[in-house]
Amino acid sequence: MLKPIKTALLGATLFTAAFAGAAHAETKLNALFMAQAAYSEADVRAMTEAFTKANPDVTVNLEFVPYEGLHDKTVLAQGSGGGYDVVLFDVIWPAEYAANNVLVDVSDRITPDMKDGVLPGAWTTVEYEGKRYGLPWILDTKYLFYNKEILEKAGIKNPPKTWDELAEQAKTIKEKGILDTPISWSWSQAEAVICDYTTLVSAYKGEFLKDGKPAFQTDGGLDALNYMVDSYKSGLTNPNSKEFLEEDVRRVFQNGEAAFALNWTYMYNMANDPKDSKVAGKVGVVPAPGVEGKSEVSAVNGSMGLGITTTSKHPDEAWKYIEFMTSQATQNAYAKLSLPIWTSSYEDPAVAEGQEDMIAAAKVALAAMYPRPTTPKYQELSTALQLAIQEALLGQATPEDALNTAAENSGL
Amino acid sequence: MSTAWVNMRGWLLMLPLLIVMVAVIGWPLVDTVRLSFTDAKLVGTSGNFVGIANYVKMLSNTGFQRALVTTTWFAVISVAAEMVVGVAAALLLNQQFHGRAVLRALMILPWALPTVVNATLWRLIYNPEYGALNAALTQIGVLDAYRSWLGEPGTALAALILADTWKNFPLVALIALAALQAVPRDITSAAMVDGAGAWSRFRFVILPYLAGPLMVALVLRTIEAFKVFDIIWVMTRGGPANSTRTLSILVYQEAFSFQRAGSGASLALMVTLMVTVLAVIYAAVIRRTAGAR
Repeated sequence: MLKPIKTALLGATLFTAAFAGAAHAETKLNALFMAQAAYSEADVRAMTEAFTKANPDVTVNLEFVPYEGLHDKTVLAQGSGGGYDVVLFDVIWPAEYAANNVLVDVSDRITPDMKDGVLPGAWTTVEYEGKRYGLPWILDTKYLFYNKEILEKAGIKNPPKTWDELAEQAKTIKEKGILDTPISWSWSQAEAVICDYTTLVSAYKGEFLKDGKPAFQTDGGLDALNYMVDSYKSGLTNPNSKEFLEEDVRRVFQNGEAAFALNWTYMYNMANDPKDSKVAGKVGVVPAPGVEGKSEVSAVNGSMGLGITTTSKHPDEAWKYIEFMTSQATQNAYAKLSLPIWTSSYEDPAVAEGQEDMIAAAKVALAAMYPRPTTPKYQELSTALQLAIQEALLGQATPEDALNTAAENSGL
Repeated sequence: MSTAWVNMRGWLLMLPLLIVMVAVIGWPLVDTVRLSFTDAKLVGTSGNFVGIANYVKMLSNTGFQRALVTTTWFAVISVAAEMVVGVAAALLLNQQFHGRAVLRALMILPWALPTVVNATLWRLIYNPEYGALNAALTQIGVLDAYRSWLGEPGTALAALILADTWKNFPLVALIALAALQAVPRDITSAAMVDGAGAWSRFRFVILPYLAGPLMVALVLRTIEAFKVFDIIWVMTRGGPANSTRTLSILVYQEAFSFQRAGSGASLALMVTLMVTVLAVIYAAVIRRTAGAR
């Protein structure tokens, strides 16, 4: 009597399993990444291939856009009903994405191992109001790169420890006729200029917001812009900086046309590659300098995370993919263009091999990372600030007036 | 066949097209009008009715006024340049010479390029560190040192206009060339025999034949230029210091970067309105020139 039922049950189970299996094999994830700084497109493809090899029931469609298009592409896809399961997001977006329900709250998915293993500072990348909206993936800040050969030629023994010292050293290099404009930055009207500005704000101990209201127009925020304008007007800064993005800075530095440059981790190994760079073997890197009496070093939190969109139909597989991409094994294997989020990786000789200076700088700088303001209206604030900085650089407004206008137009 | 049936058949034949047009143009337009009276966000809230607040806010916004001026400059200068260069190119290509066919085909090339490719190309040409323009101008002695074309408010818009003109003059040239084929050779020969100089022949004999087709080119190009977005987005993203921020860039920022679908829609509709006004004026002018001929 029981037997037929058992058989039926077994049959049903097998049937379901077969169908679940079939459905599983069809799981297709769409993921959005950027093709700019940090991991290269080739790296991301190789990592993803390793993931699909280990998980043959999942395929991942990769899409790459420039950083400038990443936010808008994500939001547009979401506004029109979705399309991506996994998206790369910048540290400045979780507030907006959380407020507008773009990303899934994954606080419950984070394991104790992750909590203990990931650098504490890295978590701020994915947090908003106590919840976590993904896993940090790219742990990055702006470092001060210098051309060892040029510094030697100018008789400079050590790279600068303060921003004033940087200006002095640049002046020496200029006066000795080695380089006309020794410093290169990414000051194009884009998020890149805000990262350089934030680095300086952190050096001058400024604040973006106080009680939710703009505070960058005074004290440290104003000092930071004054430094930029002085450096630009004195001719120490490459005037083309105001149309540079990070990749332009890298090209100038690699051509030996900059003694100093502010850029992300990825430039270290790229500029040291003799195939592509004229300055291979001469690349020095230290944390961005500080300001006497205020700070030892300065750093901006330029990290990025991977999250699951609320429109994803496969959140479990998406999470599996994110776990794989952010795992210590994956990150250690691809540590040349972007450094791992895991604390113990920094003690791993295999990770440090060939980039000891970079790791040494990272240990100090990553601990000093300063956040850009956390607000759902970040894009407006940033757009207003980008304009203010460019107007001040071009002499269309004084730094004070420009920042005051930005404060008014920030939407806060 | 009765006229009623002919009428009806006309409408029936157009019906599929009308349905498609209502679906892809009519409905989104109506929805945009609705959105423009709300404070809707791109994702999240669908918004509340706010009356004409979005329009008032936009019209009183200095950013909008500045973008309008920038857009007008861009449209007027680039279209004027395209008309002059286009007609000149057409006149040249209408002459008899060896290799004319090859040259005619080559001329289409810039126009056939996707705008993004064209913009990237010109960004390389204008590059302040290793751009071809800097290299050429310093080598022939016009410039002492390399300079930043897209990083200075004084030159950025001009640089964009040049890039846009290079891309779009072939359309004007193509239309003008087609019109030139229709100019009867005996009339130009007769004018020459009568002692008319090159300019007089162009002004009084050839130009009247070109006027109509050129009006069409003018309308098309002005409307396109007024809506310019991609070439600027790729080359300067509106910078430096907003000196190349046109209306379409403003719409994009408002609606997509800041996610304010409501005010973005009101802005987009105002741009649409301006373009429509332009189109109506042009249509009237075309009708009058056609009538005069």
